[in-house]
Amino acid sequence: MAGDDRFCEACGSDLPLAATQPAPMTEAAGSRCATCGGAVGADGYCGQCGIKQPDPHDHEEIDLGWAAGLTDRGLHHPANEDAMALEAPRPGLAIAVVCDGVSSSSNAQQGAAAAVQAAGPRLLDAAGGDAKAALITATAAAQEAIAAVPSIGGGDSPSCTLVAAVLHDGELTVGWVGDSRAYWCGAGGNQRLTTDDSWAAEQVTAGRLTEDVAEARVEAHTITRWLGADAPVTEPRVVRFQPSGAGRVIVCSDGLWNYASEADHLASLLDPLAPDATPLEVAHHLTDFALNSGGHDNITVVVLAV
Amino acid sequence: MTTFTAETYQNEYLPEGGTEVNAIVTVTATGGGGVGSAGGGGPEAVEVIMLDCSGSMSQPPTKLRSARDATATAIDCLRDGVWFAVIQGKDYGSMAYPGAQTLVQATAETKRAAKAAVAQLQASGGTAIGAWLTLARSLFETRPAAIHHAILLTDGRDESETHEAFVSALGGCDGRFQCDCRGVGTKWEVSELRAVATALLGTVDIIPDPAGMEADFRAMIDSAMGKAVSRVALRVWSPQATTVKFVKQVAPAIDDLTPKRTLVNALTADYPTGAWGDESRDYHVCIEVKPAAVGAEMLAARVSLVVDDEVVSQALVKAIWTDDAVLSTKINQSVAHYTGQAELAQVIQEGLEARKAGDDATATSKLGRAVQLAAESGNEGTTRLLAKVVEVDNAQTGKVRLKGSVDAADEMALDTRSTKTTRVKH
Repeated sequence: MAGDDRFCEACGSDLPLAATQPAPMTEAAGSRCATCGGAVGADGYCGQCGIKQPDPHDHEEIDLGWAAGLTDRGLHHPANEDAMALEAPRPGLAIAVVCDGVSSSSNAQQGAAAAVQAAGPRLLDAAGGDAKAALITATAAAQEAIAAVPSIGGGDSPSCTLVAAVLHDGELTVGWVGDSRAYWCGAGGNQRLTTDDSWAAEQVTAGRLTEDVAEARVEAHTITRWLGADAPVTEPRVVRFQPSGAGRVIVCSDGLWNYASEADHLASLLDPLAPDATPLEVAHHLTDFALNSGGHDNITVVVLAV
Repeated sequence: MTTFTAETYQNEYLPEGGTEVNAIVTVTATGGGGVGSAGGGGPEAVEVIMLDCSGSMSQPPTKLRSARDATATAIDCLRDGVWFAVIQGKDYGSMAYPGAQTLVQATAETKRAAKAAVAQLQASGGTAIGAWLTLARSLFETRPAAIHHAILLTDGRDESETHEAFVSALGGCDGRFQCDCRGVGTKWEVSELRAVATALLGTVDIIPDPAGMEADFRAMIDSAMGKAVSRVALRVWSPQATTVKFVKQVAPAIDDLTPKRTLVNALTADYPTGAWGDESRDYHVCIEVKPAAVGAEMLAARVSLVVDDEVVSQALVKAIWTDDAVLSTKINQSVAHYTGQAELAQVIQEGLEARKAGDDATATSKLGRAVQLAAESGNEGTTRLLAKVVEVDNAQTGKVRLKGSVDAADEMALDTRSTKTTRVKH
């Protein structure tokens, strides 16, 4: 503080401006207020009019025609801690990654974003070859990336789930850590392709509880494997799936499947849609369903048409 | 090393078109060791005691004797290494200790010498508080970086200098040091000492009985020795097209900082809070904003604690417009409590003024409201003081009668202590 002259000699509001000191905030470079055009501060409020800026990540869409993805903050969480990557470099090849930041961990939004950004390109590079190896490499890259994201204000280190899919010339390979899921809805019967790394799934596997009872319990969502600096095991579980005909692959976070866990239930939600509905239309439809069901968590839905 | 935390208590929801945002910001400082000895690593501190030695101090003789004893106790309480001096106040200020116009560092030896000098002080002459303050200021200026604290004791009105001289001297001291003011007996003017205490971020109180002086001086010095960081400001940023209606300290006592603001830039102003020890204070911030659409969220103010121009803690005051009346009509308990405490201080001061002016109807209504507010908020200290000035028929409805004869000391105690607030539990 600049010595004694800091105090007001005359008292009142008619003092001359002393503009030599900067405003007490750092301004995010390049970001302009949607309301007044002023510079937006690092905490997301306009430095001019004070209005809180919408976070562009609250709702994002990727539309690649035969593959599409949508992520949405939902109605109750203050931020969208889900993240996704989707690429379809040529007909017959697509890769998708969905990470769900663990809300109880610190800086989860940054963590999930870092994981997706690391996993996406690795998966894309290697997807044309051994899909299982590509999933393992990509998951390792995601783990390395999230482990390097700093905690903010204490708490558990940033953590997230990961589910990734490679669709290559009609064969689907899925890898995952945590409770984000992949489903098949189409020819040969609807089915869930992943098995959650969660307390509920462990109870079901061990035969202690039925699935609907286990998933209704408070502990249901406690995940037993995750990515992050404090994760015990980070190698993904991997399954291969050969679709026998036309259908859709749905890769999603629990913000969707909380309201439609059974594969048949999820598939039935698509009944009102035209059979040739685009993947983006399907993603919108499923997201609206989750929002109308309460929108309690962040929602991410990726749809691949087969 | 002192660390600060700042927390906001408010209802951030406004109805459609709502413009007034109220918040209580609680600031807590911890970990400061207080002023230390020269080699002890604590911050450097200066203590100046201004002792009224005008003629009236010898009537009765116990007054000056008690004042000398209290000053001796205060000197004993100084930590070694603290710079200090004692001023004797008459028609002008002069050095009681040391002889030269300078500060000395507290040691066993200088404390002994100071107490011996104070014991020799005699009463004569008049009262010129402005002149005493100006001498104190010149002493503080010799140690500009230190934490500056003064004690001013008087028993009479400021009648040996013009009011202009007093105001000008006070203006010259503004921001240079903090000063706690005490009036002994009942012949001094509450408004004069309140002016000094308000300008110099200090407290004002009455010591009705000279016997109570020693404990009070000890408490003031102990508090001053506990300060670890000085020149702390609240820096308030608010967006364009908004007005900061007021920034008030509301606990432990009410002190309106609004007139003391200095602009940092077009949207930011600093409000001085003086020196801090390990303590917690509450501030009421009231902002008038331009309404935004329902659903919009605005940062109405960013309240920062600033030490040496560095932000050490921050709290956000928000406004969210909603059409949900359940949300927007909820009154925050902290805001309501301190709004009541501020009104309490105001109606006491207005009621006593009306009583002095012979306007019994206004006095009865204001002091009745005060009784009601004090009872509602559980402010027992003020309730007790009010009961010495009015007969309370019904505290709940505020029905009171003025007492026929009131001890002047009781009235002055009520006046000086009207700004003391009870703390809200968030």
